Parts: sequence; structure tokens; C-alpha cells
Amino acid sequence: MYKYNAFDTAFLAERNAQFRSQVERRIDGSLTEEEFRPLRLMNGLYLQLHAYMLRVAIPYGTLNPDQMRTLALLAQKWDKGYGHFTTRQNIQYNWPKLKDVPDMLDALGSVGLHAIQTSGNTIRNVTSDHFAGAAADEIKDPRPIAELIRQWSTDHPEFQFLGRKFKIAITGSPNDRAVTKAHDVGLRMIERDGQAGFEVIVGGGLGRTPMIGKVLRDFLPQEDLLPYLEAVLAVYNILGRRDNKYKARIKITVQENGIDTYREMVEEQFIQRRAEFDGTDQELLKDIETHFAAPDFRDGGTEAFDTAYGSDPVFRAWVDTNLAEHRKDDHAIVTISIKTHGETPGDATAEQMNIMADMAEQFAYGELRISHEQNVILPHVHKSDLPAIHAALKEAGLATANVGLISDIIACPGMDYCALATARSIPVAQEIATRFDELKLEHEVGELKIKISGCINACGHHHVGHIGILGLDRAGVENYQITLGGDGTETAAVGTRTGPGFAYDEIIPAVERIIKAYLEVRETADETFLETYRRVGMAPFKAALYPDSEKKVA
Amino acid sequence: MPRPFTPKVVTANDLLEGDVIYFTADNSWTRTLSEAELITDEAIAPLRLLEAEKHNLVIVGAYLADAKEGPNGPEPTHFREEFRRTGPSNYSHGKQEAEADV
Repeated sequence: MYKYNAFDTAFLAERNAQFRSQVERRIDGSLTEEEFRPLRLMNGLYLQLHAYMLRVAIPYGTLNPDQMRTLALLAQKWDKGYGHFTTRQNIQYNWPKLKDVPDMLDALGSVGLHAIQTSGNTIRNVTSDHFAGAAADEIKDPRPIAELIRQWSTDHPEFQFLGRKFKIAITGSPNDRAVTKAHDVGLRMIERDGQAGFEVIVGGGLGRTPMIGKVLRDFLPQEDLLPYLEAVLAVYNILGRRDNKYKARIKITVQENGIDTYREMVEEQFIQRRAEFDGTDQELLKDIETHFAAPDFRDGGTEAFDTAYGSDPVFRAWVDTNLAEHRKDDHAIVTISIKTHGETPGDATAEQMNIMADMAEQFAYGELRISHEQNVILPHVHKSDLPAIHAALKEAGLATANVGLISDIIACPGMDYCALATARSIPVAQEIATRFDELKLEHEVGELKIKISGCINACGHHHVGHIGILGLDRAGVENYQITLGGDGTETAAVGTRTGPGFAYDEIIPAVERIIKAYLEVRETADETFLETYRRVGMAPFKAALYPDSEKKVA
Repeated sequence: MPRPFTPKVVTANDLLEGDVIYFTADNSWTRTLSEAELITDEAIAPLRLLEAEKHNLVIVGAYLADAKEGPNGPEPTHFREEFRRTGPSNYSHGKQEAEADV
């Protein structure tokens, strides 16, 4: 895991000192809100409906136990005892006081964390595969590259005033868990003729105009990454629209100018940019890579695991849903569900964070990951430790066996917190989870991703949910539109709207009707919801959702 | 015919606490919507907002929000303002928490 060097530490300390003084000047009246607002946003401080909100970056989703304990400390000391893991590998605190924020940032700085560029029209926190460095299907750990991008993009003078925010995601696996096709730039690590490089995808995004990214370069050698990214961003800075906020993202720039024109301009820029790089970045990358060396995996039998798996059905259910394949046979990747039925997706208490930090230290070589699906991951666990981990998780209320199932919902904060929201999303997620837990249908339904956004900006990724739910304000009343067939993986697709939306008290029954229709039309118990949808299309779901309109047509 | 004017309150967030505040008839701020000034005259509303914005050193983001007359004072007409005067629905935090403490 990356450890700050003297430069990083000094940079962050200076930046935090600057912000402390900016806060002081806002309070004493030397700065107006108009002057202060961009400064606070550059440091991750928003003003929401009920309070300020501090968004802290968890770089490419990787944390060590001390960092997790510091996140817990912030929750306990300066907030209301919990934090909210977001859909972009960040954590948000919903109740900080303005005067406390500089102290919070200093505490974060002491463990190598910050809130820089978690807002504003800059390059945001680079997100990555939450199984990076551990997954069996991985070609290469993407985190050193992600860290290189973090260092390059942080405070990069040319890219502090982009036309709009800019999000980069990177994966080192052919199975895309980082939603790279729905980012401004998606990087997929590939190899060609033994040479490491990237497929560069551009112009993906969700929000009001959802688009699946297009391939800008099918193979970019690894050493060309930073000059190439600079070229992509430089062209965006020139071509991107600044007259209309809704047309300012790179996806619109690429669409309006055409991918071929965009590519030509990038390649032209790239020649100049590459000449400015002297290889220092690659030297730095080599150093960064040493920080991400795999832990010294221990050996030993897995009898304790096999015995528990055979004898304890609760343990077995948890293993079958919450574990993923590790690159070492006797290890596993553990996903800790932060989706207890009826609770807020992604919210963890300070106590739970501390427990997870302890567990990572004791059992997982001191590593934790946060997923964009709002769960916490212990990436490297020897299988013999799984029974002990499960027991400890149960005690902490963290042993919910629902990863990838209907109650593993991702949801934005919605109207309960967010100033931009048009409807609530958290209670919808809570009620869906509670309802399907009552019905005891969850495991029968199997793999299903529900994603909920409380406004068109789509922080809840509803467009790529197998079932997507979008909360809107229709004449002063909450109304929820449903989309089906979205997919955030390597086979990315934007979901299709079913038809008219549903009122707040109609949305849970509507989801239930979709699920019942699926259970009726699926060919086998192994055919997932998405597979069924792709085979049969919208018709049976529409019929289930709008029985009255069906009658009218007949 | 012009549309009838929907009454308004001036609301903002407190600079230090960040919580929701409302402007009163005596040019001060309250944390309780029912104590806010309900502005029923369309011509007065922008003037009251300007008056409130004189306090910009201690408040953030003042705006006019729709409201209606209730038995105990102004009440929200839209669910967004209802959440602002209550707090989130997933925890008893925000204003509802403060009320529970009384």
C-alpha cells in the first residue's frame, strides 16, 4: 500500500494549513461565501440540506487499518458516529461543523488521506477494481497506476478549471468491476505481444445523458499513459463546452465532435506532450510499484474452513454469497456487506469501522478495500481464518450474506441529505431489502443488482442497474422511474425505461411485480435476471408493471 | 390573469453549524420554521431576501422558499422543505433530534 513520502506529507500539511486559514477568513468576514465556496469545494466540503458534508477520498478504494481507524475517529469525534461509503470509493460525513473541518483534515493527513479534488471541475478520486491485487482473474494490479494518476492529477495546474468534473476508472481484470465504460476515461490494463498497456475508453458517463464509453485507443503502451491522458484532457479543455453545464462533460464533447475528430486531436497533442516527458514518471512508477508488493501469503491447511463449511449452514450461506476467488487457492476475498436488511446502504458506525480495521490487521495482512458498491472488502484472507472472521462479523452485525443479491442495493444519499436530490433513495433501498428478506426470496432470485438514484445526476448508477430506480419530483410529489437491463460490467449497457413512474408507496410493490414476473419466465433457476431480460425483453415486465394499460390494448 | 402569489419564507443555512435557519419579522434568525416571517406580498419578498442577505457573514445561501399559513405559523408546501425542517428519514438526526432532546 502506498506510503506518503516527505513531499506528499509536506504538500498535504501545507494545503491543510491553507484551508484552515481560508476557514478562519470566512468566519471573520474577510472572505464572502462566493469567494469561499470554490475553496471549500476544492477541499471536499459541501453544504447539503441539513448540514455541511465532508467527502473524503479513499484512493482507488484502498485503506490500511490505521486509515480506517482514523475514518472511525472522524465519525466519533466530529460527526454522529457513522460514515457513509459512497458509490465512488469515497466516504462522506453528513454532520461536520465548519470550525471542525480543518482538524478533521489534519487527522486525515496524519494517515495519508485527504479530501482534495473530491468536488469541483477537476480530476476526481481515481477509482479502481475493489478486488485489485487479489482477484484470480487479474492481469495486473491497477493500483500503482491509479496512485501515479492520483499524484499527477492532484493540484495539476492545467486541470484545476476544467469545463466540468472528470472521472477516471481503471481495472486490471477482463471482468470489469470498476464500471470503466461509464467514466469520462476508463482504462483497461491489457497486454499485447508481451507489452503492458491500456485500452483507453473515453466519453462514458451516467447522469442526464447516459452513454457507454467508446474506445479512443485500443492499445496504449504503459509508459505513454500520462502524456496521453494530458492530451485527452487538453483537448477536452479546448473543445469542451462551457456555455451549458448539461453539455459540458466529455461524453458530449466526444459525441458532438465525433470520436474520430477527438482521436485525431488527441494524437496530435500527444506528440507534443510526450516530448515533454523525460521518463521521470516511469521511475516514480517503479518506486510506487514497490509499495504495492503482494503480502507474504502464509501457507497452511484449510481444514478449519472445510469443517465449518460442512457443518454450519449460516457460515456456508455467507461463504457462498460473500466470497470471491483469490489468486491463491488457499486464500479468499471477503466482502463485508454494509447492507444489513433495513439499514442505510453504505453506512458503517465508528465501532464497525474499528472492528473491520482490527480484523484486517489480524487476518488480512493489514489491507482493506472499499467498493463502489458500498461494501468493505478484506482482499486477502487465508481460508482457515474464515470461520473466525465470520464469527466476529456476526457479533458486529456485519455478517449479512447478501453480496450481489437483491438487498445489496447501491443508493445515493438522495433527498434525505443531498441538496441536488429530487426524491429520497435511502428509504426505498431500506424497504426493498426489508420486503425481500420477509419474503425469503432473496437467494431464490439470485444475482440481481438494484441501483437507486435520487436525481438525474445518477450517483446511484441507476442506468447500469439490472433494475434501476430514479427518484424524481413530479409536481411536488416523489415519483420513481424504473429502468431494466442496465449493466456496469465489461458488457456494459444502459437500462431501458419501463414506462410511467410510480409513487413512493407504489415503488416497492412494483419491484415485487418485476421479480415475480422474472421468477415466472426464467428458464432455469440458474438463468439470472439480466440473462432473462436479455432473452425475453421488456414485454413480460411491462405487463406485470402496468396490468391496466395491457387490458386497454387488449 | 396573473397567477396568485405563493407565500414565502426566507431560509438559509447557518455558517458555522450548517443547519437550516429561517428569517424572522424582526430581522433575526430562528431554527424553527413556525417562527419565521411568512411573506404574503409579492412586492415585499425580494426586499426581505435582500435584507436577509445583509447577514451573509453568518449565513449561507439564503433563498425564498414556498410556504403556507398553518395554525402555528408557516408550514412547508413542498417535501424538500419538509425534510429541511425535520431531518433525514433514515436516522433521527437533524432538527427532529433537537426536538426529541427537549
